[in-house]
Amino acid sequence: MTAQAELELETETMTVREAIRQGLREELERDEDVYLMGEDVGLFGGVLEVTGGLYEEFGGERVRDTPISEAGFMGAATGAAATGTRPVVELMFSDFMGVSMEQIMNQMAKMHYMFGGKAELPVTVRTTEGGGMGAASQHSGTVHTWIAHFPGLKAVAPGTAASAKGLTKAAIRSDDPVFVFENKMIYEQSGQVPTDEDFTVPIGKAAVEREGEDVTVVATQRLVGESLGVADSLEGDVSVEVIDPRSLYPLDTDTIVESVEKTGRLVVADESPLSYGTHAEIIARVQEEAFFSLDAPIMRVGTPDTHMPFSPPLEQEVLPGDDDVKAAIQRIS
Amino acid sequence: MTELDLDSADGRQEALRRMVTIRAFDQEAGNRFADGEIPGFVHLYIGEEAVGVGTCAALESDDYIASTHRGHGHCIAKGLDPKYMMAELYGKAEGYCNGKGGSMHIADVDAGMLGANGIVGAGPPMATGAALSIDYQDRDEVAVGFLGDGAVAQGQVHEAINLASTWDLPAIFVVENNHYGEGTPVEKQHNLDNLSDTAQAYDIPGVTVDGMDITAVAEAVAEARDRARAGDGPTMVEAQTYRYRGHYEGDEEPYRDDDEIERWKEQDPIESFKDRLIERGELTQEEFDDLESEIESTIDDAIEYAQAADYPEPSAAYEDMFVDQPPELQHFANVARTDGGANGGDHR
Repeated sequence: MTAQAELELETETMTVREAIRQGLREELERDEDVYLMGEDVGLFGGVLEVTGGLYEEFGGERVRDTPISEAGFMGAATGAAATGTRPVVELMFSDFMGVSMEQIMNQMAKMHYMFGGKAELPVTVRTTEGGGMGAASQHSGTVHTWIAHFPGLKAVAPGTAASAKGLTKAAIRSDDPVFVFENKMIYEQSGQVPTDEDFTVPIGKAAVEREGEDVTVVATQRLVGESLGVADSLEGDVSVEVIDPRSLYPLDTDTIVESVEKTGRLVVADESPLSYGTHAEIIARVQEEAFFSLDAPIMRVGTPDTHMPFSPPLEQEVLPGDDDVKAAIQRIS
Repeated sequence: MTELDLDSADGRQEALRRMVTIRAFDQEAGNRFADGEIPGFVHLYIGEEAVGVGTCAALESDDYIASTHRGHGHCIAKGLDPKYMMAELYGKAEGYCNGKGGSMHIADVDAGMLGANGIVGAGPPMATGAALSIDYQDRDEVAVGFLGDGAVAQGQVHEAINLASTWDLPAIFVVENNHYGEGTPVEKQHNLDNLSDTAQAYDIPGVTVDGMDITAVAEAVAEARDRARAGDGPTMVEAQTYRYRGHYEGDEEPYRDDDEIERWKEQDPIESFKDRLIERGELTQEEFDDLESEIESTIDDAIEYAQAADYPEPSAAYEDMFVDQPPELQHFANVARTDGGANGGDHR
């Protein structure tokens, strides 16, 4: 579905949390082979309440509480996906990926390729990322770069309620393993969300959330909304275009390059650690294809290579936000 | 029951045939590896044939198995064709995985073979997952996860069995205790006499059987299968066996002596089963010799097939990463050099 078609659909205002839940509900209704599994996704409704009510609606076979056993259920989801069902795993915090990394990197990511394409793995992994709630270093990480970097996996990261629903549904319908990275600080953020049951956001398609002429900001997750706020605050001074890539791998390079060819300036804002990461990949692709359109150095906004500290003043110090985006825009415009 | 049913004379003949095929396949794979024809590593199953064939004798053809790094025997026991297996070992396009997997990753998902696996202990979670699909869709199959004695120490094995037990999934965990985890004896890796005692922790049956006796293995797995199909959950079967060759081909085996190997060979699974069939009047030594010759020529044909088969085109390296190929890979594929590599040229 194109961005234009998205605009023409009937919408309702809802939060990111409600949008994801609606997407899950619609896919559970649409396809009996789809089921949810994870720690406390059922009776408890999910630790961040995303799956609330689905257990009551669909029952414990389709909304399955697992033991606290990330390696076990990540591996089982891979085996189940290879043998005819479509599990949707919730990994409570993306920091727990370390516990299940073997099943992700050596099984889920590699099976389709190692078997010469003969195993399909329609598995979705939803997980939460991000600092900002005082959850400290082991519950606040932004690790999507690992998955986007690792061959054989797709990674999406919504920044709006509409894309949260549309990407969730696209991930579940995909026959490839897809990770959906939900920033936990935007669950309460509201937006217009298409209610059409066939609305999906294609994996690999960016959204131009705001048009502008002077600077392109490629922002992800929480930083999409914050960058839109900055763009509004700079109106009349600097004309800022804001792009949410929505999908990190595959990445819609064309939309980003087209924008930079117009503006000549780029800021990349993503909460992951700055070194060797998501920012670097986006910047590398832009310089490969739009080097001669650049009028200024490319800026990046992210976490300055620290873990997320607990104490609120420390967390605020390292957490990238609208002030950092604004400063980056102003340095190059 | 399948054509491997040990309760029928034909089934017993077929079981013998598969054990002999495994041994001949692996002997030849070892030779060709030593000659440098087969790249990578190979881990041979010689000596353990009764475990794989005994297990598959208790299964239906659409049941699943998830294998280990020592997977050739499981493949043949499950009915895979030595010709395409050998082509895979040679890295040829006609192999089961189009040459992308090799010895450690042979798979044929359509035949219920969910892959050999280069990670010790990775088969059980896969089997639990297949059992989850079976249970979720109310199907009639079961899923077997093979693991070695070394893998019993792996955390993911515990998690997989716990999940299968908690959800009463139709899974069977077959521990092939060949007494060495790579080069370290089992008693230096576990503080247990019988590895099947670990089953108690999950409140599932755990039995230890003579893994050199195909009948003992098949009976234990058949009971486990009945239990799984009745909705009573998983079973652990530990089969005590022995590998005659090293952990991998080229292993100098400083951890054991020839006397030990000879003692185990006295219980050879093929010899003992053959002797039983002769005693029952179902086989003569002459017929067995003919069977061996016939299988030798089957394996020779497989070698010839693999040698003559084509390597994959270099561009195949970019295929089968995903069902829905992303533009990134399409781009790399487009710029692939015909001599096999996208590096050094235009990239992204």
